[in-house]
Amino acid sequence: MQLAVSATQTSTGEAFQFWVLGTVAVIGALCTVLMKKAVHSALCLAGTMIILAVFYLANGAYFLGIVQVVVYTGAIMMLFLFVVMLVGVTAADSLKETIKGQRVWAAVCGIGFGVLLVAGIANANLKHFDGLKQANAGGNVEGLAALIFTKYVFAFEITGALLITSAIGAMVLTHRERTERAKTQRELSEQRVSDGKHLPPLPAPGVYARHNAVDIAGLLPDGTPSELTVNQTLRGRGQIRDVSSEALSDLKALEQRSTERLGREEEAAK
Amino acid sequence: MENLIALLIAAPLLGAAVLLCGGRRLDAVGHWLGTLLAAVSFGLGVALFADMLGRSADNRAVHKHLFSWVPVEGFQADVGFQLDQLSMTFVLLITGVGTLIHIYSIGYMEHDENRRRFFGYLNLFLAAMLLLVLADNYLLLYVGWEGVGLASYLLIGFWQHKPSAATAAKKAFLVNRVGDMGLSIAIMVMFTTWGSFAFSTVFNQVGETGWGRNTTVGLMLLLAACGKSAQVPLQSWLGDAMEGPTPVSALIHAATMVTAGVYLITRSGAIFNQVQDVQTVVVIVGAVTLLFGAIVGCAKDDIKKALAGSTMSQIGYMILATGLGPIGYAFAIMHLVTHGFFKAGLFLGAGSVMHGMNDEVDMRKYGGLRKYMPVTFVTFGLGYLAIIGFPGLSGFWSKDKIIEAAFAKGGTEGWILGAVTLLGAAITAYYMTRVMLMTFFGEKRWNEEETHPHESPGTMTIPMIVLAFGSVLAGGLFSINESFVKWLEPVTSFSHGDSPVSAGVVTASTIVVLLIGVGLAWAQYGRKPVPVVAPRGSLLTRAARRDLLQDDFNHVVLVRGGEHLTRSLVYVDHTLVDGVVNGTAAGFGGLSGRLRKLQNGFARSYAVSMFGGAAVLIAATLLMRAV
Amino acid sequence: MNPVNYLYLSALLFTIGAAGVLIRRNAIVVFMCVELMLNACNLAFVVFSRMHGNLDGQIIAFFTMVVAAAEVVVGLAIIVSLFRSRHSASVDDASLMKL
Repeated sequence: MQLAVSATQTSTGEAFQFWVLGTVAVIGALCTVLMKKAVHSALCLAGTMIILAVFYLANGAYFLGIVQVVVYTGAIMMLFLFVVMLVGVTAADSLKETIKGQRVWAAVCGIGFGVLLVAGIANANLKHFDGLKQANAGGNVEGLAALIFTKYVFAFEITGALLITSAIGAMVLTHRERTERAKTQRELSEQRVSDGKHLPPLPAPGVYARHNAVDIAGLLPDGTPSELTVNQTLRGRGQIRDVSSEALSDLKALEQRSTERLGREEEAAK
Repeated sequence: MENLIALLIAAPLLGAAVLLCGGRRLDAVGHWLGTLLAAVSFGLGVALFADMLGRSADNRAVHKHLFSWVPVEGFQADVGFQLDQLSMTFVLLITGVGTLIHIYSIGYMEHDENRRRFFGYLNLFLAAMLLLVLADNYLLLYVGWEGVGLASYLLIGFWQHKPSAATAAKKAFLVNRVGDMGLSIAIMVMFTTWGSFAFSTVFNQVGETGWGRNTTVGLMLLLAACGKSAQVPLQSWLGDAMEGPTPVSALIHAATMVTAGVYLITRSGAIFNQVQDVQTVVVIVGAVTLLFGAIVGCAKDDIKKALAGSTMSQIGYMILATGLGPIGYAFAIMHLVTHGFFKAGLFLGAGSVMHGMNDEVDMRKYGGLRKYMPVTFVTFGLGYLAIIGFPGLSGFWSKDKIIEAAFAKGGTEGWILGAVTLLGAAITAYYMTRVMLMTFFGEKRWNEEETHPHESPGTMTIPMIVLAFGSVLAGGLFSINESFVKWLEPVTSFSHGDSPVSAGVVTASTIVVLLIGVGLAWAQYGRKPVPVVAPRGSLLTRAARRDLLQDDFNHVVLVRGGEHLTRSLVYVDHTLVDGVVNGTAAGFGGLSGRLRKLQNGFARSYAVSMFGGAAVLIAATLLMRAV
Repeated sequence: MNPVNYLYLSALLFTIGAAGVLIRRNAIVVFMCVELMLNACNLAFVVFSRMHGNLDGQIIAFFTMVVAAAEVVVGLAIIVSLFRSRHSASVDDASLMKL
């Protein structure tokens, strides 16, 4: 880690690190926004955050850098992944815009905002950097601790209250009180009959020995694939492999090969 | 003695209350009760009259304060009565003639199943009229005034199952309302000007008030009088009012209702004397109505409508006389009283004829009835002689005096008015002779198989006989030693005008025009048989049959005009007012419709707005720094 | 290199995150974009801390992290319960409060 945090001009190493990792961070951010699947977005975001952690370290915020990795990329992003798993794949993943004019206005506002922000920063007189040499003299963690437990002690306490509140809030939000008696198996089966649902166990996926896989729909007697045989999640993601055409083309190739061979054998027999 | 004044009104009022609230169980005795209470009122009137005669001329007026009606600071309305010579005259006329008409109605309405209700209304009519003439302030007078209007409405529309009767009642009520508006405005102006409604206060202060206020009050009172007394331009209801039962016509035309206007002007003489211009208007109204009614009377074949025209004309005489000021008031009232006798007699006679002729009213289907109805013929004939002013009979004395007073007005006006009244007298003679000849003389023009003319029962003839006596004698009695004029003088004051023509000449010319009128009528209806179907007649005749186009005038000018005004106002309302209102609303509605689209419910849209707002804020901050 | 470049990076990341919030419909991805914006802010704080030579900026960044953690917990709980009742994680589906 470079420790040159006091200079107005950074060291070349830090500059090099900034340009390389900064580019990656921007790409990661863009990917977060543009990736179709939420999991990919989450992974890209995690990458960006790790890069930011590096930048924190580079800027003398050692404690924050570590916390960023542990809390953000470690805890929060895991939480995201859990929820992505819970929610599964939905139509909301589509990048197709449904609100008229939304993209245009978002672009206008975004570019305008960014330009203004950059202009503001450029306009501000930010030539002089004091650096953290003095502040971090007694150690970064100790310095932070001194501030937190003296100057910011009330804010710190209130943050504790906030965390507890949010934890309880999350529990309340996700908790579902059972307001009616749980249905017995008999009632469930009767309801299934009365609702006209599929009664026997769903058919198993996979046909033939060649394709004994969960993402391949079983074939009905007339040769068409039945989506019922495939797992609901795979169906939602559209990850069903259609095996029938493949199988048919395979069969055709097999037949051709056999006729060729048989023909040859016939010729040889003559 | 003055405590009896309230009883005078209370008796018929009680009768009305009992008869109208009593219900069917009073059907058997209702008419007797009503008549009895009217007679009680008459008896009280006579007693009060005797009492009044016992005092000297200056002490005859009696005041009785009954109670405070609206005792509010700055607005004192009292129920108080004033019985002076003028009121006394009216009380006797109203209760006397009224009682006779009650008696007559017993026979006339015998077969009507609502006779009890009818008598209730009659009593109400008497009570309201008595209240009107006895009140000692304008506000209480107004109560009686409206009561008369209500009672006339109820009585004219008594046979409300006939659409024509219902319409006629409505018409009378509506036209009267125009006059009532005049009276209420007059009372309001009085209150703002003099701070009181009492006759005494008002008349004492009227001399010190400016021309404008007095003129306003005078004109408004005249409007009121025109409404009640059926004077031009508010005369149109009187002819249609004949839809009511005949006793009602007699009551309205002789004793109550139409006399109210004359009473009002005479009572308010102190105000009218102050403003010459208004008096001129009064005279013009009277003169016009006099001729108007007479001409209408000439053309009508309906016996009651002919008599109605006659009433209008005679009331015109009275109004004209009141417009002459102190020289005319007494004669107006005198003519009113004599007219009360003979016109009541004539109407009761007409009712008697109708009674015997199956309710036929067309005189062209009468003829030669004198043999079948001798009593009716004689009483009607005496009334006829009285109204045309046959020398010695009532009408002669009173009408002659009015003609003299008209000449006495002086100057060109005097000559014009004299000529008009003389002309009126001639026409009166003409149309009354016409009625007389068509009804009682000549050939029978009715179907003998269906109609059996017969004399009416005693309850009907006796009142007619009594009234006939009045028609013959009243005028003469009043004129002996100018007793009537002297009797009224303390109230109305009196002055002999300066007549350019001597009394003898006037009397002589009256008799001459009378003879001319009678002669013309005889030439037209006596010498030749009367056609059963009315000839087409001249333009004037046809106009007169349509009441000189009064209804057409009202329709074209007032109804159509009102409709056009309303329509144009509605148009303005719909296009301009509604246009502005709806336009504003539509503008905001359209704007809201556009703005509403911003609220599409998508959180991301709102986020864009927020984000844009944040960008704008940054821009503003930078700008501020730059500046 | 001037450390100001860190600030430009921070602004860029923030803008990208904001645009993501506006563009994406999946509530989870929207949340990730919010996190990205918070991180961009944190970077700015850390750089400010270096610029001023004291640790207050880092403290603020530290608090931001705590608040972000709390926010993620609650937000993800909301998403889960929303998904349970509506079987969708689309932010556009929760648009019933319109005319």
